[in-house]
Amino acid sequence: MGGFYFDVAHLFAGGLVLVSFMMLYQDRLYALINIYALHALALTLSVAWQAYVQDAPHLFITAVIALGFKMLFIPLALHTIVRRLGIHRDIETVVGVGPTMLLGIGLVALSMVVVLKVTPDADALAREDLAFALAVLLLGLLLMVARRNAVGQVIGFMSMENGLILAATGARGMPLVVEISVAFSIVVAFFVIGVFLFRIRERFDTVDVGALDEHRGERG
Amino acid sequence: MTNSVSVLLLLVAAQLATAVIAVVFSRSASVGRLVYGLSFFISSLAVVLLLFHLLALGEVSRTSLPLGLPWIGANFRLDALSSLFLLIVDFGGAIASLYALGYGRHEDAPHRVLPFYAAFLAGMNLVVLADDAFTFLLSWELMSLTSWALVVAHHRSEANRKAGVIYLVMASFGTFCLLLAFGLLAGSAGAYGFDAIRALPPGPGIAGLVLILALVGAGSKAGLVPLHVWLPLAHPAAPSHVSALMSGVMTKVAIYGFIRIVFDLLGPPAWWWSLVVLALAGITSVMGVLYALMQHDIKRLLAYHTVENVGIIFIGLGLALAFRAYGMVGAGALALTAGLLHAVNHSVFKSLLFFGSGAILTATGERDMEQMGGLIHRMPHTAFAFLVGSAAISALPPLNGFVSEWLTFQAILLSPQLPSWGLKFLVPATGALLALSAALAAACFVKAFGIIFLGRPRSDAATKAREVDRFSLAAMYALVAFCLIIGILPGPFIDLLAPVVKSLMLGQSMPHQSGVAWMSIVPIAESRSSYNGLLVFLFIAVSAWLAALAIHRFASRATRRGPAWDCGAPDPRPITQYSASSFAQPIRRVFGSLVFRARENVVMPPPGDLGPARLDVALIDPVWDGIYKPVSAGILGLADRLNRLQFLTIRQFLMLVFSTLVLLLLVLAIWQ
Repeated sequence: MGGFYFDVAHLFAGGLVLVSFMMLYQDRLYALINIYALHALALTLSVAWQAYVQDAPHLFITAVIALGFKMLFIPLALHTIVRRLGIHRDIETVVGVGPTMLLGIGLVALSMVVVLKVTPDADALAREDLAFALAVLLLGLLLMVARRNAVGQVIGFMSMENGLILAATGARGMPLVVEISVAFSIVVAFFVIGVFLFRIRERFDTVDVGALDEHRGERG
Repeated sequence: MTNSVSVLLLLVAAQLATAVIAVVFSRSASVGRLVYGLSFFISSLAVVLLLFHLLALGEVSRTSLPLGLPWIGANFRLDALSSLFLLIVDFGGAIASLYALGYGRHEDAPHRVLPFYAAFLAGMNLVVLADDAFTFLLSWELMSLTSWALVVAHHRSEANRKAGVIYLVMASFGTFCLLLAFGLLAGSAGAYGFDAIRALPPGPGIAGLVLILALVGAGSKAGLVPLHVWLPLAHPAAPSHVSALMSGVMTKVAIYGFIRIVFDLLGPPAWWWSLVVLALAGITSVMGVLYALMQHDIKRLLAYHTVENVGIIFIGLGLALAFRAYGMVGAGALALTAGLLHAVNHSVFKSLLFFGSGAILTATGERDMEQMGGLIHRMPHTAFAFLVGSAAISALPPLNGFVSEWLTFQAILLSPQLPSWGLKFLVPATGALLALSAALAAACFVKAFGIIFLGRPRSDAATKAREVDRFSLAAMYALVAFCLIIGILPGPFIDLLAPVVKSLMLGQSMPHQSGVAWMSIVPIAESRSSYNGLLVFLFIAVSAWLAALAIHRFASRATRRGPAWDCGAPDPRPITQYSASSFAQPIRRVFGSLVFRARENVVMPPPGDLGPARLDVALIDPVWDGIYKPVSAGILGLADRLNRLQFLTIRQFLMLVFSTLVLLLLVLAIWQ
């Protein structure tokens, strides 16, 4: 594999990490959703490039799913939900932007150190991909922890899932990648549309997950 | 399906079927006799088969069933060691079933006892037959759970329920340790078959860890101090024939587990192993008998004596480990023979004593010795059997307890040849502890026999006691016969153990005893020491007969019955007799004030008050207060703290996941 292929793959995967960072400091929901669409776009490009490089046409399916479902459908659905719930003006982060970003940088460094140390004799592309994927995953988890709003947490969860897909496509010859991505998409779909938001809306009249705690009667 | 182990497995299956029968016909009145009869029959068949197997120096026979873990199956194997312990199990089972044919009639809730009784026997058989870790642990748990069910059979009593809880906790803890031990033995490849473990013994560090885990795991079931706490609560709580099985047989199964792991699977021993085993064993034997002396509940007293005797058996095993570590296999064979013979003997006389206590319980309805007295007149057969059992457990010649303890002492006397200074000091100290425990055991049984059977009845129940049924007496007399035979003619029994010892002691066993003149036993050399049970027995018999003859011949025949001289103030109340607690007082003052921090408090009535003075004795259990109370308090406190984890918010749970993940990654990053 030539240096060019590697550089492009590197670029897309690095772009995914960058977009994850962008999500960390968004404090408005619409902006967060839009950035998530951008995240999905970066994933689409990365997966499509892998499909081309690895000569694995089935990965194009994953790319199409990422494009159609994650980049278009979910952001549109979330837009609708936010508008219908009237929470588009909500602003909240639990920790300040500065510390969150610093923590994020630390996480990226950690994932680099871990993956590069553990896989010294793997394929160079796979190594880089895995390192970025772990970084995306950890940043998604950080996003979930840092948000109080359910929509924010769902987006954090979905960006984690993007990181998993990135890892799965980066490793050459990994079986069942397409199936995994389809399955994850379904999980996300259920997560987003079905149970979570509407139920919270019906019962608590807010999408703040803090309300769940009150409902459990465990926090006054 | 013709080899011995298959036949034995069929017998186990029959035993399990008996348990099913007990469940199905639990409402029928005669089901007790049926279940005990079948158990007696099955166990006797197994005993006969095993005797043939052991006498014919039977080859190792094995079989495997397509049960259990799919890639291992359920493997069973019969070698010399397992046939010896199966013999103990099935002999104990047969005799207990015979006893229960009579005793079981007084059971008020037979449907709570019968199914578990049969399954308990099957479980113990399976533990000894198992040839892979999975089958072993599964059978071990079957044995623990069924015996737990028997302990809580009379669940209406608060004390029994408490005993059940403590037993369950300790049994789980013991199994957990054994689980870890087998996990370490199997290694990362997951070789759980005993053959695979034997082929690939672990390194010295792992082996040491396995030894400790096996000692804790098997020791907690056998009753090593300080893991014995459940034993004196649980054994007496069960019906008496089950108490006999638990004390006489189940502790032996635990010892079998220890021997199987440490002598067979673990490879060559390191010298410090014996240090640990001997120290624990010595403490166990003395603590057990001291606890027993403080007890006035007959069954609990017997249970504490089980603790003591397990200590004595472990002294033999520890010595064997020490000798084997230094390649002195001859001495090691002697020590191992002593330990194994004591295991056999203890199962015989402890069953006998528990049967006796069951007979007393049936006759008087009492377990408290202070309510008994004078039973020798009402229950002469039980009294005789109990006396023989007491003499045997006190290691008096010419009974069986003496032989094995004497052999243990012979092994201890060889210890100066050991090159290690630590052992040179520890072994004689252990010997001193053993001597002390033997002497105290004798004192304890003088107390038990004297208070129960001699003197005047201390309660109405004791006055109205009647001799028990024929089945119970037959079982007791059978055991009396064994106490005498093993004591008088120990040679053949030592030879019976030879193949077992050979298989564990690098092919060495004690010298052949059957050919020695006058049926003596000679453990090392004639010039050093020998013991002739027959001679001692004849001497005792002849001298006793001569003494009796002389008294009757030459003493005045003009006997005259009258009141004993009583300082002119006859007191008809039996409560003025010497009591169990007064008997124990001197020993309580000497040892109890040190070990149990015993305090005696005399409350005198004020002048003019006609009320009686009171003597209160307060004892503190050092093991319970020193180890178990802090541990349980610590666990409860920790549980209280961790309780808060249930009530976190979703974000806090996520935070937990997140920080755990980051922490693990950090560990990975730094450690690699």
